Amino acid sequence: MPATESYPDGLYYHPEHDWARVEDGEATLGITWFAQDALGELVHYEAPAVGSKVEKDSPYGEVESVKAVSEVVAPLSGEVLEVNEKAVDEPEIVNDGPYDDGWLVRIRMSDPSELDTLMSAEAYRAHVAEQ
Amino acid sequence: MEASARILTRAASGSAGAEAGERRGGEVRVAGVESTLLRTPLYERHVSLGARMVPFAGWEMPVQYEGVIAEHRAVRTDCGAFDVSHMGEIHVDGPTAQAFLQSMLSNDLERVQDGGAQYTLLTNDRGGIVDDLIVYRFAHGQFMVVANASNRAAVYEWLKEREPRGAEVRDASDEYALVAVQGPRSLERLGLPESPAFTHTMGELDGIEVLISRTGYTGELGVELCCAEEDAPAVWDAVLERGAVPCGLGARDTLRLEVCYPLHGNDISQETDAISAGLGWACALDTEFTGVAELRRIREAGSARCLVPFVMEEKAVPRQGMPIEGGGEVTSGTHSPMLERGIGMGYVPTQSGAPGTEIMVDVRGRPRRARVVRKPIYQREEA
Repeated sequence: MPATESYPDGLYYHPEHDWARVEDGEATLGITWFAQDALGELVHYEAPAVGSKVEKDSPYGEVESVKAVSEVVAPLSGEVLEVNEKAVDEPEIVNDGPYDDGWLVRIRMSDPSELDTLMSAEAYRAHVAEQ
Repeated sequence: MEASARILTRAASGSAGAEAGERRGGEVRVAGVESTLLRTPLYERHVSLGARMVPFAGWEMPVQYEGVIAEHRAVRTDCGAFDVSHMGEIHVDGPTAQAFLQSMLSNDLERVQDGGAQYTLLTNDRGGIVDDLIVYRFAHGQFMVVANASNRAAVYEWLKEREPRGAEVRDASDEYALVAVQGPRSLERLGLPESPAFTHTMGELDGIEVLISRTGYTGELGVELCCAEEDAPAVWDAVLERGAVPCGLGARDTLRLEVCYPLHGNDISQETDAISAGLGWACALDTEFTGVAELRRIREAGSARCLVPFVMEEKAVPRQGMPIEGGGEVTSGTHSPMLERGIGMGYVPTQSGAPGTEIMVDVRGRPRRARVVRKPIYQREEA
């Protein structure tokens, strides 16, 4: 079942509708409820290679629905430690739980000061309201 | 045919077209979009069902309600309903109508009886495709062609400019709504008897007069219901009450692609000939029609390229415009909800067109392996 709209507190948000959950110098990245809803049911996740570098504000992968393709923009820079293979095999889990089972990659942050440029949940909710 | 004559008479009665045009004239300006979009008489129904509305061929149409995949599966397993009122209905009537249409259309109209319908092509003098159509024969000298929404004006003008004495071409699109009801349980849910594909008859649904045509664009059992535009909401409600799942243009596209029905503007156009497009079966080359000489020549000489269906063997969703290695191009691509993998159609050099041939699709710079398959891409396994 598709998730209901939510933007959990405690995550960092990027205006291109990506989130980051930060813990011990690592960050888990994904797309927000708004992004998955705009795309519709995902049918493909083109993931980056483990060990590759992602750069803040640049695309690191693609997600596709039946009708649309979208690049996934990195909210933070770093090195890919892990790809969510379950999301590669069953991309619809991103629709079902964009903030938990539907995460996309885990990275080691290369510049934690970048966190200062990201939005809080409250700020992001206001950003979505303007869309 | 008495009832059929009623709808035709009513359609033929003078100013109805202009009035309907004004009634339908639900033109809307979408913020940031310069052009005006037309709305079908079911617009309010779509909005209240929570459809996501998108611009399509000048119309504001539902692309999906609950979701493309669920809607697609409803049609493959049970029954779905589509508003296709944006399509064009053009009447061609008169004592010379048959000869005129035979000279314009690629298929053999002689084979169509009263109450029959036929898939056919309106061709240009190069054998290119102005539009692909369904032509209906109601009676001697009474025909209707159903055109793609994007080609409604082009088809009307093409025919009108060439209209001979004794035939009248009339665009009746604004007078009619069209609802497709498709799926293995469609006839059962509507309470209709089995009837052969490509036949039509007048009937009633909850007391509303409808032209019931055993046609569609999904590869499933089904009908298309043509009614007066003011009756459209009642027909739509009656269809949904009988359990049809509302389906948008998203599912319409994935359904037609799984069964390799071409989409004009993607797979076929004025620049693609019918033979290369694999539509030679809809061209009666022993009849005389626009472009037939060129089509005979192409068939004789063999076409340099051909339109083929393919299935991705690696994870990727092919899309229109992607290059195929060796000089081809994807003309339609999507994710198949039934096969759960990428599928598409595209033109390839004829030597690469045999089923089983491996091809490489350039997915935004990433070469991905695919294989040419036989039509249709998807076919239900019979129990």
